[in-house]
Amino acid sequence: MLVLLALAVIVVVWMIAAYNGLISLKNQTVNAFKQIDVQLKRRHDLIPNLVNAVKGAMDFEKSTLEAVIQARNQAVKVNAAGTGPQDVKQISQAENALSGALSRLLVTVERYPELKATGNVGQLQEELTSTENRIAFARQLYNDTATQYNTKQQQFPTTLVAGLAHAERADLWEIEDQAERAVPQVDLTSR
Amino acid sequence: MTSPVGNLFQEQEANRRRTTWLVIGFVLFFAWLGFGGDYVWSLYGGHPFPLLGIVLTVGAIITARVAYQTGPEKVLWSTGAHEVIDPQTDAERQLVNVVEEMSIAAGLPRPRIWIVPDEDPNAFATGHGPGDSHIAVTQGLLRICNREELQAVIGHELGHVKNFDVRLMTMLAALVGAVLLARDGMGRMMGGRGSRFGRVEEEGKKGAGPLLAIVLALWLISWVLAPLVTQLLALAVSRRREYLADDMSAQFTRNPLALASALEKIEGAAAPTTAITSGAAHLCIADPLGRRFTNHEGWLGDVFATHPPMGKRIAILKGMGYAQLKKAAQPQ
Repeated sequence: MLVLLALAVIVVVWMIAAYNGLISLKNQTVNAFKQIDVQLKRRHDLIPNLVNAVKGAMDFEKSTLEAVIQARNQAVKVNAAGTGPQDVKQISQAENALSGALSRLLVTVERYPELKATGNVGQLQEELTSTENRIAFARQLYNDTATQYNTKQQQFPTTLVAGLAHAERADLWEIEDQAERAVPQVDLTSR
Repeated sequence: MTSPVGNLFQEQEANRRRTTWLVIGFVLFFAWLGFGGDYVWSLYGGHPFPLLGIVLTVGAIITARVAYQTGPEKVLWSTGAHEVIDPQTDAERQLVNVVEEMSIAAGLPRPRIWIVPDEDPNAFATGHGPGDSHIAVTQGLLRICNREELQAVIGHELGHVKNFDVRLMTMLAALVGAVLLARDGMGRMMGGRGSRFGRVEEEGKKGAGPLLAIVLALWLISWVLAPLVTQLLALAVSRRREYLADDMSAQFTRNPLALASALEKIEGAAAPTTAITSGAAHLCIADPLGRRFTNHEGWLGDVFATHPPMGKRIAILKGMGYAQLKKAAQPQ
């Protein structure tokens, strides 16, 4: 009888620990997702500044600029509609498109040394580089945390309390390798 | 080798525990000095009330408390660092951006940023833990490192922050500083009192002898104490810590080759970092004293070096980097 009681206590204690572990990971995942959101907003706010700063000098590169503006507006729209990790797929698609357009613009700016030297274009470029890095690192943290969360809820024996903790698979933030790799190549051929 | 993520929780716990033990050891040592002194005094027929023991113990507790609270400030003050609040130059703006990027990668709140006016490349972190941390880099580091290398170095320092290494390291530095200060003060007191003891002895030999013996013993012991604590420091600063921080930097940046190349540059500029004194040497990414021990594994290196051999660190990082490249190059 005593042995059974002890066993029951051990099981309950383990259940509480596993449950709390899952909840903690779940909150970390949500928090990491919010971090990406913060950085994406920063990028969206920065783009109009950059576009204004280079607009005058780059009249002949209009299509590149317009692509950035369009991708940005699209991303803002999708972001406003999305609410959490469940909307990762749509948001990441729009943001990847923006990333592509932006890096095309940055490479174009690289080709005009006089533009880089004048005014605050150099500074804006640093800000934009940093923003891109922040997004990449926030994405990395989110993916790492989400993977940990997904693994934990699928592993035995934690999986037994996964339903109790309402644990659901969190989507990872996919990077479209092809789109990101193609950008510099396109530019090299056009030079 | 286990992954840094898996190690993190144990490492944090271990560092919190070690800090506690360090403080307990510090207080116990002074209690022993004090109550031991009282005992000797009572043997010589002095007052049985253990005044010295109580005073020293309370003093040590207060010292430890103050050292804990003001440690990070003291370390930064001793290097002459100034805080970057409103970045002015391009280099400062880049530093602030890089620190913010890396704290996102590490999932930590942003540390406060300081620049040490020294031309030798080096960097260190201090503070109490992730919630309250400081990262300082020298001007030399900003000058020679490119963006990716700077990221890697900052990642290494954030690794120390995340591990709670900074709490233990800063506490050590502050306690060693306090002991050195006490030693200097004691030495001055002896110098000032020496003549008075002489006078007392001339007036009458009653009581002066044992007092002199005790103070002399205390003085001698505190002289012995300082290098002893420094030894303790070298022991507590296991070099595994640096490897682990290198590992974590690679995990944050996903770019171990950048850290390897930063370490090579730092090693290449072997001039000692004059702004950073030996008390804070163990906090830095590379030994600021430019000691050659640092380059040898083995007995001497084990006893005296605060940092693992640079060559080995670079080799490990390059190994990680090439493994990554190989994986990326393989067709799917």
